[in-house]
Amino acid sequence: MPDVASPQEPPTSHVSQTPHVPGEPHLMHHFDDMEQQRETATLGMWVFLVTEVLFFGGLFAAYMIYRVWYPTTFGVASRQLNIYSGAGMTVVLITSSLTMAMAVHAAAQGLRRRIMGFLGLTLFLGIVFVALKGMEYYHEYLEHHIPGHGFQIVGADPNHAQIFFSLYFIMTGLHALHMFIGFGLLLTMMYMAWRNYFSAKWHTPVEVAGLYWHFVDIIWIFLFPLLYLVDRHR
Amino acid sequence: MWPRLFPLFPQEASTMAGRVDALYFFLIGVSAFFIVLIASLVVYFTFRYRRRQRDEIGRPVTAGYTLEVVWTVIPVLLTMVMFFWAANVYFSMASPPLDTLDVYVVAKQWMFKFQQPGGQREIDELHVPVGRAVRLTMASEDVIHDLYIPAFRIKADIVPGRYTTMWFTATKPGSYHFFCAQYCGTKHSGMTGQVVVMKPADYEAWLAGGSGEGSMASQGEKLFQDLGCITCHQMDGQGRGPSLQGLYGHQVQLTTGQAVTADDAYLRTCILTPGGTGVAGYQPIMPSFQGVVSEDQLLQLIEYIKSLASAAAPTTPQGGRPGSRPGETHQAQPPQGPTPKTPPAKKQPQ
Amino acid sequence: METTEALALPKTHYLNAEYGIRSWLLTTDHKRIAILYLISITLFFAVGATFAGVIRLELLTPAGDLVSDDTYNKMFTMHGIVMIFLFLIPSIPAVFGNFFVPMMIGARDLAFPKINLLSWYVYVVGAIFTLVAITAGGVDTGWTFYTPFSTQASNSNVLTAAIGVFIAGFSSILTGLNFIVTIHRMRAPGMTWMKMPLFLWSIYATALINVLGTPVLAITLLLVAVERAFHLGIFNPAYGGDPVLFQHLFWFYSHPAVYIMILPSMGVVSELIAAFTRHSVFGYKAVAFSSLAIAVLGFLVWGHHMFVAGISVYSAMIFSVLSFLVAIPSAIKVFNWTATLYKGSVSLDAPMLYALGFIGLFTVGGLTGLFLASLGVDVQVHDTYFVIAHFHYIMVGGALMGYLGAIHYWWPKMTGRLYNEIWAKLAALTVFLGFNLTFFPQFILGYLGMPRRYHAYPPEFQALNVLSTAGATVLGIGYLMPLIYLLLSLKYGRVAGPNPWKATGLEWQTPSPPPTFNFDRTPIVTKPPYSYEQQEADLA
Repeated sequence: MPDVASPQEPPTSHVSQTPHVPGEPHLMHHFDDMEQQRETATLGMWVFLVTEVLFFGGLFAAYMIYRVWYPTTFGVASRQLNIYSGAGMTVVLITSSLTMAMAVHAAAQGLRRRIMGFLGLTLFLGIVFVALKGMEYYHEYLEHHIPGHGFQIVGADPNHAQIFFSLYFIMTGLHALHMFIGFGLLLTMMYMAWRNYFSAKWHTPVEVAGLYWHFVDIIWIFLFPLLYLVDRHR
Repeated sequence: MWPRLFPLFPQEASTMAGRVDALYFFLIGVSAFFIVLIASLVVYFTFRYRRRQRDEIGRPVTAGYTLEVVWTVIPVLLTMVMFFWAANVYFSMASPPLDTLDVYVVAKQWMFKFQQPGGQREIDELHVPVGRAVRLTMASEDVIHDLYIPAFRIKADIVPGRYTTMWFTATKPGSYHFFCAQYCGTKHSGMTGQVVVMKPADYEAWLAGGSGEGSMASQGEKLFQDLGCITCHQMDGQGRGPSLQGLYGHQVQLTTGQAVTADDAYLRTCILTPGGTGVAGYQPIMPSFQGVVSEDQLLQLIEYIKSLASAAAPTTPQGGRPGSRPGETHQAQPPQGPTPKTPPAKKQPQ
Repeated sequence: METTEALALPKTHYLNAEYGIRSWLLTTDHKRIAILYLISITLFFAVGATFAGVIRLELLTPAGDLVSDDTYNKMFTMHGIVMIFLFLIPSIPAVFGNFFVPMMIGARDLAFPKINLLSWYVYVVGAIFTLVAITAGGVDTGWTFYTPFSTQASNSNVLTAAIGVFIAGFSSILTGLNFIVTIHRMRAPGMTWMKMPLFLWSIYATALINVLGTPVLAITLLLVAVERAFHLGIFNPAYGGDPVLFQHLFWFYSHPAVYIMILPSMGVVSELIAAFTRHSVFGYKAVAFSSLAIAVLGFLVWGHHMFVAGISVYSAMIFSVLSFLVAIPSAIKVFNWTATLYKGSVSLDAPMLYALGFIGLFTVGGLTGLFLASLGVDVQVHDTYFVIAHFHYIMVGGALMGYLGAIHYWWPKMTGRLYNEIWAKLAALTVFLGFNLTFFPQFILGYLGMPRRYHAYPPEFQALNVLSTAGATVLGIGYLMPLIYLLLSLKYGRVAGPNPWKATGLEWQTPSPPPTFNFDRTPIVTKPPYSYEQQEADLA
């Protein structure tokens, strides 16, 4: 017969000052051991990333459909984008994934300075990425490629081209928003590392933040060819 | 007697109605059977196995796989019967006969405008002859609408930016409701009217009293000239744009190498897209008429282009005369050869 | 045998462990969060029901004479939005899932207690945006937000409403995420997947849909909001955009959404049938896997909302076949529940009345779904009152009955009190009769040709509409009754004790109300679920 619960003194918080398993200050009250806590956190982030795939997925679906319907116009519109900027951004973001992986590796070794260093580098590269994107947006503004009233384009149906640019701004804008959220995560990790929160035994938040960052990178790896490389061979 | 007093289904007034109702009754029969079965079992078991003492528990029952398989397979078989029957009916609904009376419908907030090929226009009322297949080509000027004629058992959304079609053959003279069945704003529930089905002689008489505006094709011809289309699309083919003689229903070569059929949707795209659709051998200099022509006018232009089917008759007779139908036989699929001089009477099986 | 000593409430439990508004608004106890949800969704049920009341009152007469056209259009829109997004979608998962998932699997809380609290706040923010949309003049697009009407033509608060639903969607996603991870990682030792109560299988399947489907709704509404705010052209035909693309994206979520609404109820029914026949559910594996099958197949049928929207005949046929197939697992469940009654020990307590009512009404609703899957008939009944009757049989006759059954079943555990059984039975009967009178005539109205979302209608439809409104009045009374006797039971109800129904399940092994951390030590599970023979042996 399963154990029957009996009335008990309620603890004051989950992350307890008097841990319910001695020697495990980070063990939350509702978990039985650190292994369970770590696996739970990781699975949680993976499930969240699946939702993000579906979130961006709707945009990708819309994009694919219009790309099939208006191939020529999408080609012309795509060629308006700055491929060097896009390629540069791709290199920057992939490198930031590398530095993020190094940060996680450092965390697994409990090397505080190194964790902060690599996290900082990742943050810096992320900011470079977003700055390049901002410059591109400004360039599109100057070229009258912002959909809406003053939209102009040469050599393609302006209506269909506006669809391309609408999707371009929404997709890259949403991606940039996720980058900003990532910056928040990175800053939080850096703060926690500075406060000596992590050790070789427990550094799950860094792992989980790493998963998120890699995901944001992967989204860009799909966005870049879809948006920038349409019909480039012509 | 009581179905008239307390009707459970609308009158059957089209060739499809009986087929839809038969399927409906089958579904009702199957549903009634299962509802009675489950309800009886639940009531019976609840009574037969009611708790007789406090703390009594249920008796063990060995759950066998056979029962699970049986009550999985039988529903699958039943539903597949339903599927095939229903798909058959639906396919017929999507396959109009070759010879149809073509009526054009333009829906806008909050009315339906009908136009017969002879030019007769109606708002919120549609006169049709009994026993003749009628094909409705529908366009919307603003949001999605829907034309629903319950007595005929047909319905189709009218989507802006494209043409949708449906067809029916009315079997009984009378007046039948139609409704807009896609929510479209404030007066959605006011967007209704009736289809008036008339005996053929009465219908001819009604047509004769018709509009003085002229047939759709002749109105289209007028537009063709007023809008300056004639300047480029000269009939001798010497103009900057291709001649439209005999174009309708034929294949067109595009610069991309693709060949497309010049049907209603294609013509609409040509007129509205800047640069045209890229016909091989011609410069993409056709201006867009988006915002210049309304949906009604587009349909008139298309009717005119359709009337240029035969090389011998570039213009159509002036409308209003009974019996003149410039569109001749309308073919549902693009013909392989030259278009119709064939007499209309070939009846298609449903 | 049971002793007959008077039962007493435990001294400390989750409701009195801490006092003060901060202890509630900053709680991470899944049970308190469940109560927060319970209060919020009851409030929104009342709001949604008020709109329904106006609709039914207006439809007493053929002319549109109670409210204006625009007001009526706003009434049915807001009835749909509030009932679906602010009541039904959260209902069972957010209240009973939150309360009982940890208890049923033998855990002390969900995997992410703080995210659980966050999901409630996100819900509240989404609900506030929606309330603002409602009070600042309303929305009139229909809950389906079809374009180009919603993006171009509507003069109402589409943007605010879309944002509200968008935000509320994230609440669903977070809840679903929490349940998936909890069920995977926090089952008590010995509780294998096949030892889980069927409620957990349903919640798991629901959570899968939540997590996979809701993001697509989110992005679709985001596109609508952006298009409306910035006059873009993604769904605007004048720019080459496609209104039907909106429908595909919208229904890709909104069809699975209906399974979010029904699956948890089915899970509840499994629990109720087992508890009130004191019998193991017949065909446990079939029922468990049916839940998963419904979740998977549910993603493949969205096109059946678009049979007359202009999709190709061939894609219509594919969606039709799949729509028939998705009905099969539900039928299997109904057969298995009925078989559970065989040789059971049936007791018609109030929760059981709701469960049996569910079986009857859901069967009608499910079978009428076959009419809609049948292409030839769907052409006639699409966008008519037939569809309205169908989905209300499922959502009200099904999902809401399951919700009420859950309330009556678990009320003693959550509050420690029993309610008045006679009034509860009476309410169940009132709801059942009122419901059928309200919605059965609507099947007939639909086939006769009365379209949905109609403010005024031809006079020949009046008789059936009057019947329907009469039923709605009875139904309304049936819903008010529990509100009264349940609240009264908090003060005057008999103390329930740990297991008033003598049901199996880990949640009944704790005191009523349970302590904050549920279990002193993680229980070890050795028995399959619904082991009444074992329970009998243990008590002897």
